Parts: sequence; structure tokens; C-alpha cells
Amino acid sequence: MFELDKWQEIWGTITRNKLRTFLTMFGVFWGIFMLMIMLGSGKGLENGVMDGFNGVSKNAVFVWGQTTTMAYGGLLPGRFVEMSNADVAAIKAGCKNLDILSPRNQLGGWRGGNLVTRKGKTSPFTVYGDYSEIAFIQSFKITSGRFLNPFDLSENRKVAVIGDQVAKILFDSTEVPIGDYIYIKGVYFQVIGTFKTLQQGGDAERESNSIYVPFTTFQKAFNYGDDVSWFCMTPKEGYSAEALESEVKAMLSSRLRIHPDDSNAIGAWNTEKEFNKLNGLFSGIGAFVWVVGIGTLLAGIIGVSNIMLIVVKERTREIGIRKALGATPWSITSLILQEAVVITTLAGYTGLVLGIGLMEGLNIMLQGQETEMFKRPEINLQIAFASLVVIVFGGLLAGLIPARKAASITPIEALRNE
Amino acid sequence: MITLKQVQKSYFNTATPLQVLKGIDMHVAEGEFVSIMGSSGSGKSTLLNILGILDDYDSGSYELAGTLVKNLSQTTAARYRNRFLGFVFQSFNLLPFKTAQENVALPLYYQKVSRSKRNQIALEYLDKVGIRDWAHHLPAELSGGQKQRVAIARALISKPRVVLADEPTGALDSVTSQEVINLFRQINRDEKLTMLVVTHENEVAAQTDRIIRLKDGQILLNE
Ligand SMILES: Nc1ncnc2c1ncn2[C@@H]1O[C@H](COP(=O)(O)OP(=O)(O)O)[C@@H](O)[C@H]1O
Ligand SMILES: [Mg+2]
Repeated sequence: MFELDKWQEIWGTITRNKLRTFLTMFGVFWGIFMLMIMLGSGKGLENGVMDGFNGVSKNAVFVWGQTTTMAYGGLLPGRFVEMSNADVAAIKAGCKNLDILSPRNQLGGWRGGNLVTRKGKTSPFTVYGDYSEIAFIQSFKITSGRFLNPFDLSENRKVAVIGDQVAKILFDSTEVPIGDYIYIKGVYFQVIGTFKTLQQGGDAERESNSIYVPFTTFQKAFNYGDDVSWFCMTPKEGYSAEALESEVKAMLSSRLRIHPDDSNAIGAWNTEKEFNKLNGLFSGIGAFVWVVGIGTLLAGIIGVSNIMLIVVKERTREIGIRKALGATPWSITSLILQEAVVITTLAGYTGLVLGIGLMEGLNIMLQGQETEMFKRPEINLQIAFASLVVIVFGGLLAGLIPARKAASITPIEALRNE
Repeated sequence: MITLKQVQKSYFNTATPLQVLKGIDMHVAEGEFVSIMGSSGSGKSTLLNILGILDDYDSGSYELAGTLVKNLSQTTAARYRNRFLGFVFQSFNLLPFKTAQENVALPLYYQKVSRSKRNQIALEYLDKVGIRDWAHHLPAELSGGQKQRVAIARALISKPRVVLADEPTGALDSVTSQEVINLFRQINRDEKLTMLVVTHENEVAAQTDRIIRLKDGQILLNE
């Protein structure tokens, strides 16, 4: 069936009517080309948005105190909710789903006061008091030195890990920050490490302007006593961040004498919810891409079938002659089928290659550029390969009806109109 | 070579069933050159199509070279046509996009003969019918007589036992017609081929060994 002679026959008929062949092929080509572009773009959008989650674990829970709005247990509304070291200990002991709890305090902030100085240089940086476990929730790359360790905390060491932007502003390019001192709100801290954030956009800007000091040192040095501003937490593997959030909120409510229905008293946010929302969005986009893409492809394949049908009708006489000279029905069927497969495969493959090429080109162009919503528009090679199989199969399907029609042509009918 | 016994054929796709062949008995010996005559609509082409296994018949029997030809599958019919029969038509029926040589070689394509081999054989047969020089021309570039020579070469290339021709000179002028008939005679003599030619021209029929006359689906005269 696949001997060279047959290919020459097929090549002959395909090239005999170039315009028609081209138009037929264009439908399939366009279908697969658009599918590739949509798949790549969808992936690019997803990558761009999902990269925003880099640097924060995808099931992090943040909880902080706000103001009560309901009277409860003899306390008036309007009270500011303050959490303390005792709450940290109680939750660590009482919450079974909890994996990491890293309490945090914060000083200043972006566009806050100029708290940090060194050799006359000053700038508004954010200062966090943190446990070393924070590194499991908010990840960054240590570019020199080290991050906080448990001894820094247990010994209340006056040490600091500074963001790359902080190092750039406070130190000259010739100076080494490690071992040197910075002055935060009246207290000297020795720099033990520098880091680069893995976050994106606005978050990245804030993070690179941040300084981490031990939580224990922070409370003492800045007179925070037992106060804790935030809890940063993650659930144990297999447990949801959402459940952890409500459990911790309930525990805090009872400990801090807050009305169980007072939804304003404790603020909370988790990345899981955001992540799921976006995940849902992107599976929606993905499904849409497939529906549209398969539809376009189907239209292309139906186009091939249609035109092959016309071709068979036009070639009735030729087929009749061939049959009179000894062509078997199968030799005619396979001729038409092969023609359809060749046309769709050639067109589909071209669309595939050009589509992937375009996306790769875009990918290369985007590299090194600071785009936020669109990144790495790659196409899964497995999907591309599967599409190719679908195209070949589609070609076979497209040829089926015309091929059966061709095989049913009888020589006398074809040759009668003399 | 050919034996028909009470062959009947009707068409049922018409308003009332139309019986075209009403019991044909005939015998053609090997190497005979026979013409079939009759007025238009008498069933000549229908008979020839049955002989050529292009069409079925309803009842009776048709033996070709000792083999009963009846209720064959399409594939078997195709093989018999390819191996045992050669066709020549009034309107030539050449493939317009293939050269004379490629047209002649086509039956060998369906015998799975290699391209170079069948093209070489095609050239020999084009030589035999006297138009070797036109091998690489398309049918549109050939005269009617030349086209019919190509068709005859194509009918002969598979070395058939029987050649069937339906009004092969119908579209040709008298001089060219005579040339084609001469060619038929020559082939019949040289290759000992059995030949049946449908014609309505007396000059053509007169040059054959025997004339079978058809009228209203029956053999009128078998001289
Ligand atoms: N496929 C067909 N369907 C219906 N009637 C047909 C068909 N082929 C031929 N006929 C009819 O059968 C009769 C004989 O036709 P044909 O064998 O072609 O005659 P001839 O070749 O002698 O002129 C005619 O009346 C013709 O109209
Ligand atoms: Mg006729």
C-alpha cells in the first residue's frame, strides 16, 4: 500500500490542482496553528500570573489582630486585639494540623519613617522580627552569608539579614556588608547575610527593601514586650490552609475573649484560596482553548472531506478508466484515503511547526524582559505530538466518505457519457 | 474463447424494467476477429460490457477461456479485466494528465510492475502501433488517430486474451478509421488475439472474419 509508485500517483494529483490543494490545506493548517498559539498563550498567561506566587508557599496562612465590633465577656466593642507569645505557645500546643508557626513583628514599612541608618546613609526600610522557620514560608535566595538560625533567636543576638536593595543603598559597591553594622532605631545590628527575593512585582520591591532580625531580639530591642503582630503558618501536608485558618481563628477568639461571630476582630489571609481561584480560572481558559481549537480543527477536517468529495466527483471518469484497466476497489479507496491523510498531515505538521516556532520565538524575545502577566509561552511537546496523531487520524476520517464514494463508482457509469 | 448461453440482461433503474438482452447465444473461437453490428439501442454496448466484465448479467452463462464468469466480486472482476481483457473505446478514455507512455503503462501499474520496467514496455507497444515518437506527449497534443493508437497500445500491453472495442472508429475520419482497422487486423494476425469490435460501419465490419447482427436484444444473424 505504501510503495513509492503510489506516492508518485498521490503527489501527481495533489500538485495537479495547486490552488485547491492549498485552500484545503489552509483550513487544517490554520486550525492547528491557532490551537498551538492559544495553548502557548494560555500557558504564558498562566506562567506570568502563577509566578506571582514564587517566594510564598502555596498554602501559607497569615493571621493578625484587628478591632472588635461586638461586646463579649464584659468587654466593650472597639477593643484592639493584641496577640502575645502565650498565644503562639497555646496554638503550637493545641492545633494538630499545624506544621509551621512563625510569629512575626514589623517595624516601619515602605514609605514609613527613616529607621535605618549607616554612615549617614538612610532610607525607609521594613524591619521584620522573625523566626528562622519563616524561610519555609517565604523563600528567598541567600546571596551571601546566612539566614537567621535558632541560636540567633535563643541568644537574642543583634544580627540582621538584609535585602539586596538594602545592601545597595547602605553600602558602596566596594564594601562587604557581612560583618558590618547597621543602626536600627537606636540599636546596632551586625549584618550576617544578604538575600534576593523570589517574588514578583510590587511584592518583590517591598521584600528587597526589607531587613530580617531575630524575633526575640526585636521584642526586646524595640520594647514590644510579649506582643506579636502576625502569625505566619502552614498546615501539615494533606491539610488545607483554609481549615487551618478557621481553626486558629477560633482558638484565638476563645483565648482573647472575642465574640465567636465577630468577623472583624481577627484578620486572616491565605494563599491557598487565591491559588485555587487562579487554578480554576486557568483550567477554565484551558478548556476554552481546547473547545475552540478542536472546533477549528474539525472545521478544517470537514473542509478536507468536502473538497475531496468534489475531487472524487470530478475524477469519476478517471476512476472509471482505472477500474476498467484493472484497479481494484481497495486500490482506489486507499488512493483517496492516502491523499486525504497526506494533505492533512502536511498541513497540520506545517501548522504545528510554525505555531511552536512562533511561540518559541516569542519566548526568546520575552526572556530577560520584565513582563508581569505573560511569561514563557511554551507548548507541551506531548500535547503537540498528540495533536499530530489527531491530525493524521482526522485525515483518515476526512478521506473515509470520499474514498467510499470513489470505490463505489462503476466503470460503465463513469464511461457511459460518451 | 467466448461462449454465451441464453444471456439475459434487464435494466431496472428505468420507469418500467427494460430488457436489453433477450437470450444471447454466441461463440467466438480463439483468434477470431468478429464485429458486432446493430442499430442504435439494440444492446451492443451492453453486450460488450458484459463480455468485458464491466457489468453483470441476470441469467444464462458466460464462459471466458473456459472459466465461468458469474457473480464475481469486484476485486476478482478487476483482476480478470486486468489480466485477460483489453478495452478500446470510441472516446479513447485516456487520462488527460498522463503522457502517452504513462497511459499505455497504466495496466501494468495495477500488475505491480516497476515503473522503469513498465515504461520501457510501454515504449515497445507505442512502437508497435507506430507512434513511439509521441511517447512524451499528453493526449491533448495528439490527433484522434494517434489517441486511438495509444488506447490500442494500452489495451495490448497486459497481453490480454481478448480485445473488446466499442465503436473504435466512431470518432475518426474514414482514412484514419482504415488505418486503425488495418492495425487491428495486423494485431489479430501477429498476436493471434481474439477481437470483438462493435461498429455501425459496413466497411469496417466487412474486413472482419465474421459479423454478428443484433436487433432488439437478440442475435439476428450470425454469418
Ligand atoms: N445503465 C443503463 N440504465 C438504463 N438503461 C440503459 C443503461 N444502459 C443502456 N440502457 C438502455 O439499454 C438499451 C441498449 O443500450 P446500448 O447497449 O448502449 O445500445 P447500443 O450500444 O447498441 O446503442 C438502450 O435503450 C439504452 O437506453
Ligand atoms: Mg453503444
